Amino acid sequence: MRLFEIAAFAVRGLTANKMRSGLTTLGILIGVASVILLIAVGNGASSAVQQSIAGLGTNILTISPQRAQAGSTAKPLTTADAAALVGADSPDVKYASPVVSAQATAGYGDTTYAINQFIGSDPHYFSTTNSAVAQGSLFSDNDVQQARKVVVIGATVATQLFPGTDPVGKSMLVNNIPFTVVGVLAAKGSSGLQDADDMAVAPLTTTQNALTGYGNLTQIVVQAQSADALPNAQAQVTTILNGRHKITGTTADYRLLSQDQLLTARTATTETFTVLLASVAAISLLVGGIGITNIMLVTVTERIREIGIRKAVGAPRSSILGQFLIEATLLSLFGGALGVAAGLIGSQFTIAGIKPVLVPSSVLLAFAVSALIGLFFGSYPASRAAKLRPIEALRHE
Amino acid sequence: MSPVIEVRNLRKTYGTGDTAVHALRGLDLTVEKGEYLAIMGASGSGKSTLLNILGCLDVPTSGKYLLDGIDTGEFDEEQLSLLRNRKIGFVFQSFNLVPRTTALANVELPLVYAGVRRAQRRERALAALDLVGLKDRIHHKPNELSGGQQQRVAIARALVTSPAIVLADEPTGNLDTDSSREVMGILDRLHASGRTVVLITHEDDVAAHATRTVRVVDGQVAGVLV
Repeated sequence: MRLFEIAAFAVRGLTANKMRSGLTTLGILIGVASVILLIAVGNGASSAVQQSIAGLGTNILTISPQRAQAGSTAKPLTTADAAALVGADSPDVKYASPVVSAQATAGYGDTTYAINQFIGSDPHYFSTTNSAVAQGSLFSDNDVQQARKVVVIGATVATQLFPGTDPVGKSMLVNNIPFTVVGVLAAKGSSGLQDADDMAVAPLTTTQNALTGYGNLTQIVVQAQSADALPNAQAQVTTILNGRHKITGTTADYRLLSQDQLLTARTATTETFTVLLASVAAISLLVGGIGITNIMLVTVTERIREIGIRKAVGAPRSSILGQFLIEATLLSLFGGALGVAAGLIGSQFTIAGIKPVLVPSSVLLAFAVSALIGLFFGSYPASRAAKLRPIEALRHE
Repeated sequence: MSPVIEVRNLRKTYGTGDTAVHALRGLDLTVEKGEYLAIMGASGSGKSTLLNILGCLDVPTSGKYLLDGIDTGEFDEEQLSLLRNRKIGFVFQSFNLVPRTTALANVELPLVYAGVRRAQRRERALAALDLVGLKDRIHHKPNELSGGQQQRVAIARALVTSPAIVLADEPTGNLDTDSSREVMGILDRLHASGRTVVLITHEDDVAAHATRTVRVVDGQVAGVLV
């Protein structure tokens, strides 16, 4: 079997310089592993975003204020706006929760912690955002009316401020104002780029009183009667708000986003992110391929005499070509296989807060590309070796 | 019976125009089967060019070269490699063994390209190495062998395919007296067993082993010494 013999020559050629073969393999390994891993990270980020948005429910509308166009004045969103959204004019709106948010520094004992989002709202906010209580209880409408200094904290805040102790019933300082912790929310996990558990929720009145002042709302979160009623609810909300804000044209001073729109916008962002990561990885794979060309050219130059000897004893062009092509392909295949292994292992770990999600086609693609890289980038040095005239190759020093 | 080598009006020119170097200028040569021929000549006389052409490592600019009755002029590189493999055994002055490869593997090399099966290959390579007296060195690599031993491996490689002709380009040029004597002894035995041997040398005592000597001067055969 001739092919087998030629492959054996190729293996012997590679093992003759293990250090060099190893380093070349490493180039392909890094390329393949980064393609697999970075695509998995991008994919993991987008699926985390999708999950967190889907977790909010499909019957939610978010209203946020928007800067007015030049020449008109923008009216801020107010508590009265939120109250007006629930009533006879809007049968498809179930709840409308006014939301204010701020950053706050919380302290308990000697520990202080900067809470990313300190939210003031009403009890419906919890059902609207699918937040379940893990310990203690939520605050009530009565707490909102009385402006009681109670707070429900996220899982991250609980572990940071109260390590090893039960936070329920404890008093913590928020910007030096004492709040009583009444409940801890169940962990939601990271939503790709931000920690959804790094938050605390207090009654709207209390939060305005203590932190934000009685000014404008950050958001109004509207829950429709059902997912099917969402388009009707959206129309009703628009009518009411346009009336209250005296909007006539198409340029409203608020922005209404449904869950679907939010999902589309966020998915587009993460897809861009994935493409960016994949192209960086593809470049590293290309660099690995050029590394193979480089090493094979060095190998051919170094072994010109050997090629001359082989030709002198009757090696045909095809077997010289085959030998060096197989050498290049073995390098890249071996690197590709190790790269797949490294990618698979690497994707088991959480990277930058993102749990990578493997895309099987990317594994297959990266491996196939690595095999082709050997053929493609090895063909030039191999054909150079094969074309050498025997007498010139033998005279080479 | 046709001669093993028949060369007519062979010319080889390197370069073109004013800078052209005429290595061979219409050389004629015939080598009969079983002959032991020594080619002598000063350096630059064209004797190495002649041997390279005879070994199909190089092609002439013009002229006819019949090897074993086959006209090599019409052959392309692929067919020439086949010819080198089947008809010619070449021994170089600088041995030219594949580095980092055992003596046995070096001798097997032409048989691999000839497509000989593994078991038969081993058997023939061992027989060839036995013939040059290196049966106990088969697993040594070139850098573990002396010059004389390396040249004997190279001779084993040249004759393992049972070629029509063994060509030797100053086979003793890089060897000391003792090793030279051993190598020439092997070539003598090859001739005695009926093989055709052509060698290049500029040493008279090496040429004395041959049955016929030709002298190449300025790319032509100058005279035949018996």
